[in-house]
Amino acid sequence: MSTSAVNPKKRTGPVIFSEYNSGDGIKKAFSLKREDILFELKESKLKGRGGAGFPTSSKWMLTAAASSDKKFLICNADEGEPGTFKDRVLLQEYPELVFDGMVIGGYTIGAKYGIVYLRGEYEYIYESLQFYLQSMRKRNFLGNNILGSNFSFDIKIHLGAGAYVCGEETALIESLEGERGEPRNRPPYPVNTGYMGYPTVVNNVETLAAVPHIVCKSGKWFKKFGTDKSTGSKLFSVSGDCNKPGVYELPWGITIRELLNIVEAENTKAVQVGGASGICIPKSGFDRKLGYEDAATGGSVIVFNEKRNMLQVLKNFMEFFVEESCGQCTPCRIGNVKLLEGVEKIEKGNYTFSYINTLKELGNTMKVASKCGLGQSSPNSFISILENFKDEIFKSNGANNDRVG
Amino acid sequence: MTESDNIRVPVSQQPHSVIKSKKENGIGGLVSIQINEKAVMVPLGTTILEACRKNQIHIPTLCHHEDLCLAGLCRICVVDVEGMKTLQAACSFPITSPLKIHTSTPMVRKARRHIIDLILSEHCGECYSCIRNGNCELQALAKEYGVDGYRFGHVEQPRYSVDRSSVSVIRDLNKCILCRRCIRTCIDLQEVGVLEAIDRGDKTHIGTFLDKPLADVICINCGQCTNRCPTAALSTNDPSDEIWEAIDNPNKHVVIQTAPSPRAAIGEEFGVAPGKSFTGELNSALKRIGFDKVFDTNFTADLTIIEEGTELLNRLKKVLVNCDTSVKLPQFTSCSPGWIKFIEHFYPEYLDYLSTAKSPQQMFGAVIKTFYAKETGINPDDIVTVALMPCSAKKFECNRPEMNSSGYKDVDFGLTTREMATMIKEAGIYLPEMPKTGFDDPFGEASGAGLIFGATGGVMEAALRTVYELVTGREVPFKNLNIEPCRGFDGIKQASVKLENCVNEYSFLEGIDLKFLVAHGTANAKKVMQMLKRGELNDVHFVEIMACPGGCLGGGGQPIPTSAEIRRKRAQAIYEEEASLPIRKSHENPYVKYIYQKFLTEGPCGKLSHKLLHTHYTKRGRFIS
Amino acid sequence: MLTLEKNSLSEEIEELVSLYGENRGSLLEILGAIEKKYGYISEFAQQEVARLLNIHPVEVYSFISFFSFLHSKPQGRNMVRMCKTIACNMKGADNISAVIEKELGIKFGETTKNRRVTLEYTNCLGMCDCAPAMLVNGKIYTNLDVEKAIKIINELK
Repeated sequence: MSTSAVNPKKRTGPVIFSEYNSGDGIKKAFSLKREDILFELKESKLKGRGGAGFPTSSKWMLTAAASSDKKFLICNADEGEPGTFKDRVLLQEYPELVFDGMVIGGYTIGAKYGIVYLRGEYEYIYESLQFYLQSMRKRNFLGNNILGSNFSFDIKIHLGAGAYVCGEETALIESLEGERGEPRNRPPYPVNTGYMGYPTVVNNVETLAAVPHIVCKSGKWFKKFGTDKSTGSKLFSVSGDCNKPGVYELPWGITIRELLNIVEAENTKAVQVGGASGICIPKSGFDRKLGYEDAATGGSVIVFNEKRNMLQVLKNFMEFFVEESCGQCTPCRIGNVKLLEGVEKIEKGNYTFSYINTLKELGNTMKVASKCGLGQSSPNSFISILENFKDEIFKSNGANNDRVG
Repeated sequence: MTESDNIRVPVSQQPHSVIKSKKENGIGGLVSIQINEKAVMVPLGTTILEACRKNQIHIPTLCHHEDLCLAGLCRICVVDVEGMKTLQAACSFPITSPLKIHTSTPMVRKARRHIIDLILSEHCGECYSCIRNGNCELQALAKEYGVDGYRFGHVEQPRYSVDRSSVSVIRDLNKCILCRRCIRTCIDLQEVGVLEAIDRGDKTHIGTFLDKPLADVICINCGQCTNRCPTAALSTNDPSDEIWEAIDNPNKHVVIQTAPSPRAAIGEEFGVAPGKSFTGELNSALKRIGFDKVFDTNFTADLTIIEEGTELLNRLKKVLVNCDTSVKLPQFTSCSPGWIKFIEHFYPEYLDYLSTAKSPQQMFGAVIKTFYAKETGINPDDIVTVALMPCSAKKFECNRPEMNSSGYKDVDFGLTTREMATMIKEAGIYLPEMPKTGFDDPFGEASGAGLIFGATGGVMEAALRTVYELVTGREVPFKNLNIEPCRGFDGIKQASVKLENCVNEYSFLEGIDLKFLVAHGTANAKKVMQMLKRGELNDVHFVEIMACPGGCLGGGGQPIPTSAEIRRKRAQAIYEEEASLPIRKSHENPYVKYIYQKFLTEGPCGKLSHKLLHTHYTKRGRFIS
Repeated sequence: MLTLEKNSLSEEIEELVSLYGENRGSLLEILGAIEKKYGYISEFAQQEVARLLNIHPVEVYSFISFFSFLHSKPQGRNMVRMCKTIACNMKGADNISAVIEKELGIKFGETTKNRRVTLEYTNCLGMCDCAPAMLVNGKIYTNLDVEKAIKIINELK
């Protein structure tokens, strides 16, 4: 019943789940100059796998170039986007990829300390990760003078305490500093002023897991997979109405239809790509490609079949944001409440179309005026679900045009 | 930010860590940007807001306050920066590269209007029943953006009960817009740490430790939060209804004392630019309102100087001559009630360093209900004493249980400048047009020394004028008696004056460098206390501390808004008024001499003085139970 | 609280502070450790942490109130966290929640009178592929149905 002792079943996939031996990436990296690693990374066009899709090589270069006696590398394992669980699988089954990626990152940017920010919900993985780190130390993949080089690096695991917004990198840093997990103003960006004010790289678990492969097999090899703008592969966390939910490693550029076939989804009405903060795609969009240039996702793919009530789905998402907003900035704190109230009004049939349009406009304001990615993306599902499923939603919930708001 | 340069700012709110060029005009010192198509040059690291303001482009703000560190959370100041996907908060965006900024695009205007609408949807209360009606930043914004309805609904029922537990500060969260200025004031500016954001998401609110009533946590009542709150979520506890009642009661003899800081600022409440004192006009207005007597707090400020100065000389003698190690030096001033509560909570083991002299407000109360009652033959029971103060902590001070040395409650009500202005308006008086009249006898004259108590360093300057002259028989060696090292708004000022050719009685001070230190704002007070703990004040003799930034003129009961510039102007008004006075030394005040001849016959620090004019303090500590 | 208890709690917190570091950056770890042992962070403990880290008590309280997994009020001996986010919701989590509520006679957000169980809703547990899921004292249970869930709840001491 408990999956805390999952027997590592070997998965297959083009990049992440391809053949890799613990420590290979570190050994290879140490035979290269830092610039060479950055070059390979740039060549690979690897982008952040958390969802925002910032080029990883740029982050690393900026931090490597920053002059500071201390630098930090943080692995963002605060995976909290509804429908995402790939990082859990990576940490449980492939910790060597993530930790080797961190050591390589530390070596490249000149950081001596790495921090894994593990979400509190994954506390049951904590011990096994500590155990793995200990084994790395024994093999001198971590600690002082790694593999006889003059590079020293160690990793500490911090447990979060149940706050979705801490997946936002500056909020994560704030909470590590003992402050409320509230996103910071940017600029300055963490690459300049991060943890404790020092230059800091924050990378997603999956991003770091790709690094050892790129170092071992070259950036050119990596970008063979995927599309021009979305190179490599992606771990998709598929859940909802399908026969084979789970984590799949597939090249970027695969269409939604292809993915639905792989996971054996039937009678699919809609697919939520990118979790609660992503967009909801109806049947007509199933030929859209998953990738940064079209339907971007941090990995979450939730499948809805014909029986699902899309308004209830939307309500669930909006309740999520109302609770998980950090409560700092006005558009996100109050805006999400208004969007949820709007959903409830539709539910009761107590709305006007002009008010719903006002709320959509509010959603557009939230997208541009919120302080961080949470508020900037929370209206996505509101806007896309009401737009793409208006027939279903407004037919069964007739408008009462006598009352405004 | 000169006053708050060294405050403990969270990393999140520190300005961008750009290395600013020392020479503004040197290479890399200036950045050329475009604001609404207009090309301008700004120093590297300037925020968009600062750049716009310098170029007369108005950007609305709510969470931004120039005394406080950056926040960037209300988002009302968003502007469009070309090349960026989202709008940027002008208040917290540092300019480090050539930018093209647009401050009034359709998207910007819509976003700002939406933000105002959202705030209004959660803001409970009607403007006409609000204490900040006419001086509310949210109301002003709603007007500016033509709000004519509640687009996103409106809260009808208050969600929070109003916290009236404190005698000084009232908290009404129903009106709170979560700009968090109060948090930044309390934690960063004042380092008291009463208020923080509690919970998250839609439940976020400003709260105290475990959401306890304000009176049960470590609040020093400085009221700086009430000065910076953009709405009426924080206000002072207004006693004017009770004061009106006393005035309207023919059996009550209602006297008011006015402190110099309110007089230098109250004009602002009537639309006059900061920097002008309305002392004479206020005297007439108060009489017309119906106060029976109007006295000048400066009279007891002079008395404070005599008592506190004498205490200092006594301490010096005990230490230097009697080698009494139980006597503490430096002596700290005790006239700021916010500072007193601060030290009682945070440094209770250092209470012996405080002068035992009461504040001028409390001395006045005690003198009125004893000496004045006796002189006039009025039953003290029928006297109601009101104190017009710049300060919300004065309300707490007059309610301290030990403040009844006259046998009655020495001061019945502490009234702030803002509350006074409302009373004057209510009486149908336009203050700036009132004729000037003097104060009432028997405390009519006061010296300029008492007047400058209003500015940081003023108590020190006044005390030095008297102490130096007592000790040496000569005036302080500063031009026009202006002791410049005491003046200005540096957080901590330190200086000394050499005592030479002392009179016989004080020969033990011959050749001594009398060292003094002046600090304002409790964040600076904290630094001073840390210096004291580290033994760095061992050779200092006298320390003046005021709880509020700028001293009393920046008090929590003063007109809103406040800024460094406004405080500077108020100080200017005080020093200008002072320079024109005939008597500028406390010990030369004839009425002070008179009271020592007639009433306090054992002299300064004598038995009766001790009973009426001195007090003791409570070790409160930090534990919140 | 008795003085003796207070003293031993103070000592414990002092040890935690020296273990994790006497700076604000240790706050999450220190509070996490206290929460783990006592199920909540008491009024006294909060003030002790504040004192030792040289921050204000309200900052500690503010921090605690921000995070779902930290509490400033006593909780039950067992903490049951039921996921209510979309994937679990689609697989009938709300039905299971309703049955658990009935079984224990309390609502989510409440603690049983005998302090045996506290029920809390939580957002996505990252177990969407084997929904519905719940965390019981930090341990994950997946592919729940009503029967399974009740059995787990009833076995709690």
